[in-house]
Formats: sequence, structure tokens, C-alpha cells
Amino acid sequence: MSAPLLELRRLSVAYGGLTALREIDLSLQTGETLGLVGESGSGKTTLALAVMGYLPPEGRVTGGEIRLAGRDLAAATRAELRAIWGIELALVPQDPFTSLNPALKIGAQLAEGLRLHRGLTRAEAQARAIESLREVRLPDAERLAAAYPHQLSGGQQQRVLLALALSARPRLLVLDEPTTALDVTTEATVLDLVRDLLAETGAAALYVSHNLGVVAGRTQRTAVLYASELVEDAPTAELFQRPLHPYTRGLLDSLPRPGQRRAAQPLAGMAGRIPPLNDLPPGCVFAPRCPLANEQCHAERPPLEEAQPGHRVRCHRWPEILAGTADPAQPLTATAPALARAAEPLLQLEDVTVAYPLRRTLAEVLAGQPRPAVQAVAGVDLQLGKGRTLGIVGESGSGKTSLARAIVGLAPHSGGEIHLLDLALPPDVQQRARPLLAQLQMVFQNPEEALNPYLTIGESLSRPLVNLLGLRGPALAARINELLEAVRLPAEYAARRPGQLSGGEKQRVAIARAFAARPELLVADEPVSALDVSVQASILNLLHRLQDEQGAATIFISHDIAVVAYLADDVAVMYLGRLMQTGPAAALFKPPHHPYTEALLAAIPGGGAAGVRLAGEIPSALHPPSGCPFHTRCPHSLGELCETETPPWQATANGKQIFCHIPPADLLALQPRPEARP
Amino acid sequence: MRQHSIVRRLLADPASALGAAIVALFVLAAVFGPALTPFDPNQSIYESVRVPPSAQHWFGTDHLARDVFSRVLAGARSALLLAGGGTLVAVLFGTAIGLVSGFRGGWLDEVLMRFFDALLSLPALLLALLLLGTLRAAYGESVSAIGRGLGVFLVLAVVYTPIVARVVRSVALGVRGRAWVEAARLQGERLPRILLREILPAALPALAVEAALRFSYAIFLISSLGFLGVGVQPPNPDWGLMVNEGRRNLSQVPWAMWAPAVTIAVVVVGANLLADGLKRALMERDLQREKDA
Repeated sequence: MSAPLLELRRLSVAYGGLTALREIDLSLQTGETLGLVGESGSGKTTLALAVMGYLPPEGRVTGGEIRLAGRDLAAATRAELRAIWGIELALVPQDPFTSLNPALKIGAQLAEGLRLHRGLTRAEAQARAIESLREVRLPDAERLAAAYPHQLSGGQQQRVLLALALSARPRLLVLDEPTTALDVTTEATVLDLVRDLLAETGAAALYVSHNLGVVAGRTQRTAVLYASELVEDAPTAELFQRPLHPYTRGLLDSLPRPGQRRAAQPLAGMAGRIPPLNDLPPGCVFAPRCPLANEQCHAERPPLEEAQPGHRVRCHRWPEILAGTADPAQPLTATAPALARAAEPLLQLEDVTVAYPLRRTLAEVLAGQPRPAVQAVAGVDLQLGKGRTLGIVGESGSGKTSLARAIVGLAPHSGGEIHLLDLALPPDVQQRARPLLAQLQMVFQNPEEALNPYLTIGESLSRPLVNLLGLRGPALAARINELLEAVRLPAEYAARRPGQLSGGEKQRVAIARAFAARPELLVADEPVSALDVSVQASILNLLHRLQDEQGAATIFISHDIAVVAYLADDVAVMYLGRLMQTGPAAALFKPPHHPYTEALLAAIPGGGAAGVRLAGEIPSALHPPSGCPFHTRCPHSLGELCETETPPWQATANGKQIFCHIPPADLLALQPRPEARP
Repeated sequence: MRQHSIVRRLLADPASALGAAIVALFVLAAVFGPALTPFDPNQSIYESVRVPPSAQHWFGTDHLARDVFSRVLAGARSALLLAGGGTLVAVLFGTAIGLVSGFRGGWLDEVLMRFFDALLSLPALLLALLLLGTLRAAYGESVSAIGRGLGVFLVLAVVYTPIVARVVRSVALGVRGRAWVEAARLQGERLPRILLREILPAALPALAVEAALRFSYAIFLISSLGFLGVGVQPPNPDWGLMVNEGRRNLSQVPWAMWAPAVTIAVVVVGANLLADGLKRALMERDLQREKDA
């Protein structure tokens, strides 16, 4: 084996008293792609920054070496690093929206680096900049070079950053969560592009991600970090098939797989949370959460051992796990089988429209022009039975959140009707009587904002009980304890403030508050997307356990089609404010699909590279395309018919309704059977 | 615990601590001053006309042989009552209007804010003179001292309410879309409770800073009105009035002007230092909280 391109030898990094990385040994060959996965607090970003020499001032390399082609970067001066940056080593940062200089044109930003690193003249650099935009498959490169960052979409910006990193042909590319801020279909195209460009340029890559799925199909090797330790490192396929570390196993089990249904297989959530970095456990860092931990694990730090050729693991009990005599799977919390419920209709949406009015200019007001409006939701018909779960999937701009907010009355619907049981709901929450409010509750996306930071947890939980159920005194206190217990939080938490809770704990409180008044319908808008993977599974389990216990119907909104398919009984797919497809979740992965659903399914990270990719960007909701709203990006567009005529709703043999001109039988012929995930 | 840490942060900075000390001294003087004055502030001491500062008369005596120190001390009370009371009224009204305007939005917000813009476009002193002139026209010249005090009070409230309202409104506007406020609406909270429990706490830091700042400007404005002779009337010991009287006799009794003038400056600067320190302490606390979270 040749000398590695990048080699970390017992690398330790600390921020003041916080241990961020502890004796990391890791190497990367020329042209190899290494995935680095871990949750927040694992040290994965610190590792990426340390390799780049970009550690913040309070961060210190406290031991070990970072060798790039034999040179120790940890000991390099700033001037030496500057000679390496951009030429041998380049970074693709996480957030495209803040990583480009908003005051400089795209071409100028690209040219600046080229002039500095390659010593090109202004004109040469400009020409090369346009060329590098073409390399990242950006159409109309000349026009883009003359544009400012805000004129580009997120996907385009991320491509520009990729062009920026690759323009000087680095030997090692560090990608720090390069697609986390993007929509799923955009993410899929950007990831494909990264893979192709790496193959073309022969650069090695260090791929940092919290998403195992993203790493799965695109790296040769994967390293798993947990609480500053490298816990496992193996060829990617092997890591996914036979994880040896209990933490890796837990991470894999936290994700619903396509086709997994919650009634049959509950998700295995990991108990507890990542230990504080200023107070790491003396033994194995994962021992406090590990189902296999014994005395040795709690007392003694395990060594990093090679269990199989090329497969290293830091665990005392790997021989037993490898031999199959110990099961590292997290214990499943038993859930009662869902009762078969008569699908008595609960919620009915008829032609619901949500429009956000825009401002007119004075001239337009005087000319008597009508107020323009963005139609966030346009003519949606939906039904939901009592106790059922409806999943709504869509990317940003699909109108899924507006629809959810219309149902609870936070975004008053401007057209159509929403009926709960037999009652037509007033559009604005302010016009809804308290008994009605008790029936409809919502769990918000961002737990950091969901709780009033100035109230204690107990006060927050008491409000719906006082307002909607009229509880007072001891009954109130008892019910608050009951709620905390139901979401598995200790009773002392009633006296705490949100600032003292972790994100997952806050979301538990928010869920408890939503269930407090025993609603008939719960709307959950991306309730786990702001949380770490290992916490997500336990929140999803909690949501559906409470839902089963209380018999509440749920509308579950997510951009993650796998999660929706796992949780929901029925799934609706939205695009540009309209429904594209509805149908039972069990049939979601089986063709025929609406072409948009097909693209969403193909974009599931870890689903492999197969399947269709969407070109272009989501059109503006201010001027939605005529005919079928999806025709501008549809891989199967029929041309004029799709551009001019509104599609019909067509029923498929497996119980779906599809909003498309193409007959289901033809779609079936066009679409591949689903593949199994690695 | 939270209050405690704010106070500690505030006092850790020398400039803010000085500001806090000046304001505290001023408040003490206002409360106990009239009881502690060595001489009657309005009584001429015929044996000592125009004496320069001495051990007996710390700030000397003025052209009417009144003890300047006693008058400055006695003036603290009316300054605090008028400035503090006027600020308080402005803060109460401004907060209420700002919360409703920011939370409700729409045409109500538009109308209120444009009206306030119009008021704010006039310099504060000009607006105050205009209002006092109107009051005088309505009630005539022969109004009691209490009536004049009420007039100044009213003027302060009118001049400062729009400023406070704008500050509170901008916070309310930012907070009303937060999930916790929306959650409160879904849980059937009534409007007053949403405004006071869900939104107001977020506005408190900005409000505290604004109140301290308004207070310092109020002292300044009252003194200006006194100086111009439209505020508190002689022979009451008002600082602005004293500066004006002292100015006329500057060549003979410079101390009679300098003592109240320096006092005004010190108190205004002190209140400003306090406002700045408060702002800094609150910002530091928020940063700390973010770090902890």
C-alpha cells in the first residue's frame, strides 16, 4: 500500500477544557473517499476544521499529527498553510447561504482564488472561472458569473462553492455537510455531481455528514465518531451490513428503511444523550447508553482494534458481537399493536386555498389593480379518518407547512372549506372557540422556539390545561406530572426553564403540551428535522405511542419520504401548493408513482444512484406553470398536453390517486421496481 | 438569580457602576433631600448675600441670599418626580401601544406608527413648547404649581410615548411569529395574556434600556423648559430655572449658575452611563445563555 495522502496520528483537539477529539488515528489514500459520520458534539466538524487548519482561536491541537502527503499540518505556520489551501486542500462548507460574499459577483469570487493560488491574470482567471462553473454543470455560466449570490438558488450556490473548491484542482477535498441545507431532490443531484467530479479530478475526499444515508452510496470507507472518539472505521458496505460498534448499530436502527412500517417494526431509539465533552466517562464514551456495557466498559477505555482486515472498532465486546453471541441492538420499547379503527371521517378539506397577499405599489393601487397573492396552497382536497395518520411529503415551497398552518388556523385559508367532524372551521384561529381549539393541536418544527423561554416547563404545560380543560389546583398539578411522565421526563422538570433542556427534551415538552388537552387531531410539522438522528427515533416512537394511547389522528409533515412512509397510514405528496399523489403508505414504494414521487423516491439518500433526477429549480409560486405545475421539471413530460391542460386524477391498481396525464399503466412501464437498500 | 447576575454584571464595569452610583445618589437626594437641607431653599438669609462657596454655604448663596446647596438638593425631588413620573407614564403607554400595534399589525399598526412618525419628526423641545403653549392658552396664566407640574408631566408622556412604542413594537413584530406565541394562540390564550406573558418578557431588556435613556433625556428636557421659563415657575427650586436665574447674575454669583448646571450634567451623564451599562449587561447575559444552551 502506498503512503497515504492524509494521515492523522493520535490527533487530539481541545477547546479550553472541552475535549473535542481524542487520539484519532485515521488515514486516507489518494483518490479515496472517506465518510465521516457522527451527531452534533461528536467532533466531526472539528476534525474537518483541524485538517483544514481552520480551527477557531480557542481550539488547540493538543497532541498528535496531521500529515498531508508527509507534511505535518498541525505544526505548519499560517504562511505555509496559505500555500497549501486551495491548491492541495480545499473545503466545501455547509451553508451556501452564508459562505459566499454577498457583495461580490460569482465570477469575481472564483477569479480571486485563481489569481491568488495560480497566479493567473485577471482575464485568464475570469475565463477559467466561467469554465469551472461549466464543470459543475451550471447552465448559462457566463450569466451566472455576472450574478450576485442572492440571485442564485441554494442548489446553484452550493455548486458555485464546489466550483470554488475544485477550481485549483486540490488533492484533498473536505466536504462539511455539503447538502444539509438543500432540498432532497437538489441534494441528490449535487451528491451525484460531487461523485462524478471526484472521479474526474482524481481528488480524495473527506465527506463529513450526520446522515448515514448520504455517506452510504458515495464513499469507499466510513468512519464513525462519537463524543470525541473514533469508534469504528470500515469499508462502507461492510459497516452498513455488519456494524460492530453498538453505537453504529444504534444509528443504523434509528433510521426507518423504505418499506419498513411502524406497525410491524418499531424504530429502535437510543436512550440517553451524548456525554458532556468537559466530563467524558472514564471508560468507553458510549458505555452510559450501551445495552451491552459491563463493568469493564464503564471502567476502562477500549483500544481501537482491527477486528477484520480494514475494519477497526473501539469496543471491548466486539469479539462477541462479531461472533453473534452478543446483540448490540437497543431494546425496543414495546408498543401495543394499533387497534383497527373504523375510519370514521374526522377532517375534510375541500378545495382549500391559502394565499399570502403581496403589497402593491402606489401606482398599482391607483390603477385599481387587484392585490397580487402567492398561492401557497391551491385547491387541496383531503380526508382523514379518526385515529389515522396522514403523512404529507414535499420539499420547501411545496405548501405543506402552509396547509398544516391552515388546518390549525395560523395561516387562514382564503378559499375552500375545512370541516372537523361536521363543523366548518373558521379560517382564523382567533375566531375559533376554545372547545374547538382543544380538538386541534400542533407540534412545531423547531423545539428551540416552541416553548416560551420565560416560563417554566410546568407553566407552559399548565396553559392548555387551564384554558381548554378548565383544570385548577391539585388536579392541574397531577395532570402536569402525568404529562411529563407520558413523555418520559422526570417530574422535577416542571420547575425548569427551556434553556436548561436539550433539544430533544424540549420537543418532548412540546409534544406533551400538544397532547395535554386530548386533541382529536394533532398536526406535526417536521417535528424531528431539527434533532440529532439518535434522538429522532425516540421522538417518533413517542409521538406514535401517545397517538395510539389517545386515539388522536395525526397529520405528519416531512421532507423525508422514508420517515413519512414509516409512520403514516396514508401519504399525500405535494408540489407547488398542489397535491400530486395520495394513497396508502404501504403502496408508496411500489410503482406506478406520480413522476414527482418517483424523483423523491430516487433521491432518498442511500437508495443508490439509480432513478430519475430532477432538472432545474422549483418554479416561483407567484407565477406557477400552466397546465400541470410539474411539467417544467417532469422527466416524462408529454409536451403540449402537460403544458396547457390541468391533469386529471387517475386511480391506480394499488389504491393510489395520481394527478397526471400519463395513464397509470404507462407510468408502471416507465418506472423501475424499488431496489433494496444496502 | 437572573436579576442578581444582571446587577453583578452591571457593577463589574466601572463606567456603569459610576452611572448607577450617580443615579442612586440622585434618588436618595430626591427622597431625603428636602429633610436634609441645611437652610430653607426659598428663604433669603439676609446676613449673607452673594457669598461664595464656603464651609457654611457649600455652593454659596445666590443674588437673593438663598443657600444654593439647599436649592440644588431640594430641586432633586421635582426633577425625579417629573422625569421619573413622565418616563413611567410614557413607558406604560408606549409599551401598551407598541405591543398591540406590533402584534396586531395591519392597518391599526400603520395608522399608529405614521402618527407617531409625525410626532417624532418634531424636535422634542419644540413639541414640548408647543404643547405647553397650548395648555397655557387653554388654562390661562394663573395655574398652581401642581398644575404646572402636571403640564410638564403630560408633555413628557406625549413626547416620549412614541419613542417607547416604536422600540416595543419592533420587538413584538419579531416575536409574534415565534412558535411559542403561535402555540399560545392554539392553546386558547386571550390577547392580554399573550401580550403580557408571551411577548412582553422578550421586550423587557430593550425596554429597560430605553426607560433609563428616556429618564436621562427627561431631566434634560425639564431643565430646558425651566430655563426657558415655561416649566416650573419661581421661586420653586428647579434646576433649569436656577441656571436661568444664575445666568442673569453670572458676573456677581457664578456659583449660583454653575452648581445646578453641573448637577444637571452629572445626573444626565450618570443616567446615560447606566442605560449603556444595562444594555451591555443584558447583551452579555443573552450571549451567555446562548452559550449555555
